[in-house]
Amino acid sequence: MEQDVKYLKFKTYLNAYCPHCHESFNFERKELKQVIFNAKFKGEDIDVKLSPYLDVFESETTVPIEEGEVLEDLICPHCKASLLDKNVHCTECGSPAGEVIISALSKLIPFYICLKKGCVWHGLSKADERRIKLKIPRQIMPEQDQTLRIQNHQEVPYGFTTELASLEAGRCLQCKKPLCVLGCPVNVDIPGFIKLMREDDFDGAAKKIKESNVLPAICGRVCPQESQCENKCVLGFKEKPVAIGRLERFVADFERKMELVKLPVIKNKVNKRIAVVGSGPGGLTVAADMALRGYSVTVYEALHELGGVLTYGIPEFRLPKSIVQFEINYLKELGVRFEINHVIGTLLTIEELLQNFHAIYVGVGAGLPQFMNIGGESLGNVFSSNEYLTRMNLMKAYRFPEYDTPMPRGNKVVVVGGGNVAMDCARTAIRTGSNEVYIVYRRSRQELPARSEEVHHAEEEGIKFRLLTNPIKYLGTDYNTVKGVECIRMELGEPDDSGRRRPVPVQDSNYVIDCDLAVVAIGTSPNPILFNTTPNLKRNKWGYIEVNEETMETSIPNVYAGGDIVTGSATVILAMGAGRVAANAMHQRLSAS
Amino acid sequence: MFQIIRKQEMAKGTIIRFDIDAPKIAKKIKAGQFVILRVNETGERIPLTVADVDEFGGIISVIFQVVGKTTALMRSLKEGDTIKDVVGPLGRPAEVHKVGTVIMVGGGTGVAILYHVAKAFKNAGNTVISIIGARDKDMLILENEMEAISDELVVTTDDGSHGMRGFVSQPLEKYLGERADVKLVYAIGPIIMMKNICKLTQKFNVPTMVSLNPVMIDGTGMCGGCRVKVGGKTQFCCVDGPDFDGHQVDYDELEKRNSLYLKDEKTSLLFSIR
Repeated sequence: MEQDVKYLKFKTYLNAYCPHCHESFNFERKELKQVIFNAKFKGEDIDVKLSPYLDVFESETTVPIEEGEVLEDLICPHCKASLLDKNVHCTECGSPAGEVIISALSKLIPFYICLKKGCVWHGLSKADERRIKLKIPRQIMPEQDQTLRIQNHQEVPYGFTTELASLEAGRCLQCKKPLCVLGCPVNVDIPGFIKLMREDDFDGAAKKIKESNVLPAICGRVCPQESQCENKCVLGFKEKPVAIGRLERFVADFERKMELVKLPVIKNKVNKRIAVVGSGPGGLTVAADMALRGYSVTVYEALHELGGVLTYGIPEFRLPKSIVQFEINYLKELGVRFEINHVIGTLLTIEELLQNFHAIYVGVGAGLPQFMNIGGESLGNVFSSNEYLTRMNLMKAYRFPEYDTPMPRGNKVVVVGGGNVAMDCARTAIRTGSNEVYIVYRRSRQELPARSEEVHHAEEEGIKFRLLTNPIKYLGTDYNTVKGVECIRMELGEPDDSGRRRPVPVQDSNYVIDCDLAVVAIGTSPNPILFNTTPNLKRNKWGYIEVNEETMETSIPNVYAGGDIVTGSATVILAMGAGRVAANAMHQRLSAS
Repeated sequence: MFQIIRKQEMAKGTIIRFDIDAPKIAKKIKAGQFVILRVNETGERIPLTVADVDEFGGIISVIFQVVGKTTALMRSLKEGDTIKDVVGPLGRPAEVHKVGTVIMVGGGTGVAILYHVAKAFKNAGNTVISIIGARDKDMLILENEMEAISDELVVTTDDGSHGMRGFVSQPLEKYLGERADVKLVYAIGPIIMMKNICKLTQKFNVPTMVSLNPVMIDGTGMCGGCRVKVGGKTQFCCVDGPDFDGHQVDYDELEKRNSLYLKDEKTSLLFSIR
């Protein structure tokens, strides 16, 4: 056995586990993580504390351990089993050694600690990765300090380091029938890419994801993983699920930063043309899928910048625009043509596009902002979330007057709504110098539709939640700007059609929240521009486009649609999923004819 | 990039006309529709209703008054310079039918938009009576052009330096009183003018259309910044308008909303001077 043990110097902080009960030896003490054991020394039970690198140890209790003294036994504080391995002795000093399991290099390996103080020997068994149940805690992604980040617009999380990503990848159970894949709208081979990560092949992992998801760097940041892939993760039943989204983000960033993105060789050029209306996530997915199959693709965008909601909606601190730009440049290099400032429906109609293109994908997004039609909504400094975010993100109003579009400012801000957009607005407000920002939402915390990470970040940044509260009127100053929101308290009643409990107002519970800026983030309704010139496009009772769900084809042959214009306000990944379905159906149809 | 083919200064350089090379838009744009311009990378998006179109030459004309930073910047552009973005056509076209006699009322730079609509009504076979007004002789624009497409033209100035002295509402009242065959009034100009004209036509029970110009960002229905109350309902000027039934519009609210950014406008101008 002794010759199987080899030296290994770890530079990184280690997670150690008991080989018997598999509990972690890592304890959180104040802000520092420490590795702590029970031990026997001079016949007494003591606690010993090891440095995070598991080399030097010292006594935690009153009995001091001198240099050169040897512990009699090392004991697991959880199951009280002895960790002493009689077969192994320190190759430096011959003292006895204790066995622990560590997670390193994405694996779980037996590891030996010399029990003599001052001897830095620690050895690693050559034995193969043990198949034991994992107890590596879900790794925390480093992020910007919460008091500093509200003074800038830079991205909040820094992303995993290579070490953290390896550790997290080590948690995956590599299920034979992975449920996580079923939870993903585009069915990314999640265990597949994590397996490559464990082999330290981050580049390969990124390529693996790209087989089914063309925008991993974006999805890793904005997907609601907790209700999709991570919701299905088997580990999540007993502890916390594998941080799939963060791993996805890590490998995508790795590939981009290491300049490993390669243009694929497109073998068969197809002499057929595809038009994509809207350059949001759905449109970009269709464009990429079809370009990779050799079609010639043209994407039309109404605004002056590409990316749709990724550009005008999601703020810089959540999704850096340089990443969106990178993905779009990649598509440009694939040969996709982009036409900005093209409003389809007026400049070109669907009918005209059909004359020039073999198939069309309509991914124009949801469109018109909804208002509650309550008093005072036309007051100054009452904005729709679309206007607020468009000013800030697309028009870069936060750099006014360097940029010409005026910045909406407020000292006290009320944001109405509980979705991701509401969180984005609130967090943008706090970054532009607002003192107090309130989220007003009519249901309870449980029903908040925003990603849990966004809610968490918002709370960290000092945003106050007024839950079970509904605005009923905006109050104005003499100068026609908003000075407060009159709200009413709500309570949850019977479940409604969506299965959520319907909020009902509590009589006479009105109160006023003072504010000088209000943002209404309660969703959108379909934009009529496209329909004005395409009356034969069939729509449902809410005005969204009706499609065949298996192909995403609309009532007009060869015109496909997906994303928010079909489903109403939803997520980036659902739009991408719809784009994927449409692209497959398009390809099937066009390659058959 | 969109090139300025021709630049013309009017009203002592306070009103500018650009003929812009935009063949795709020129092919599609109809009277009453507008475009959104962004001059440069740091610029804001401003809506301008198109004053004339040369469909075959691929040219659209916009006429604007110099009021703020962006328009001042645009005045400094020369023939041959380019504008970064021009998006259009936006908004619903004016509903132009043969109705009989229509009265077109325009004030200030509103005459620019009015010209395009009046021309469309004339081409549809209507009898067009036009009333255009301005503060004084210098500020009056497109008089000759309006004359060419109108069956009758009345000019008013506030100070009487040209045409009739007074406001456009005075000749309109006279016409409405004398002629019972007026089927439609189109009023485009300052909010206060449109408001007064609608009061007048309501008295005579003549349908009236107005073209509104609220603050806009994207112009495609996305931001909702251009919301106006029409008939008690919130409408978005960019997709539901810009032309509305003048008797239904809440002008006071529009006026208030349009004056919200005066302070920022000043900041922006001062910044650009510095």
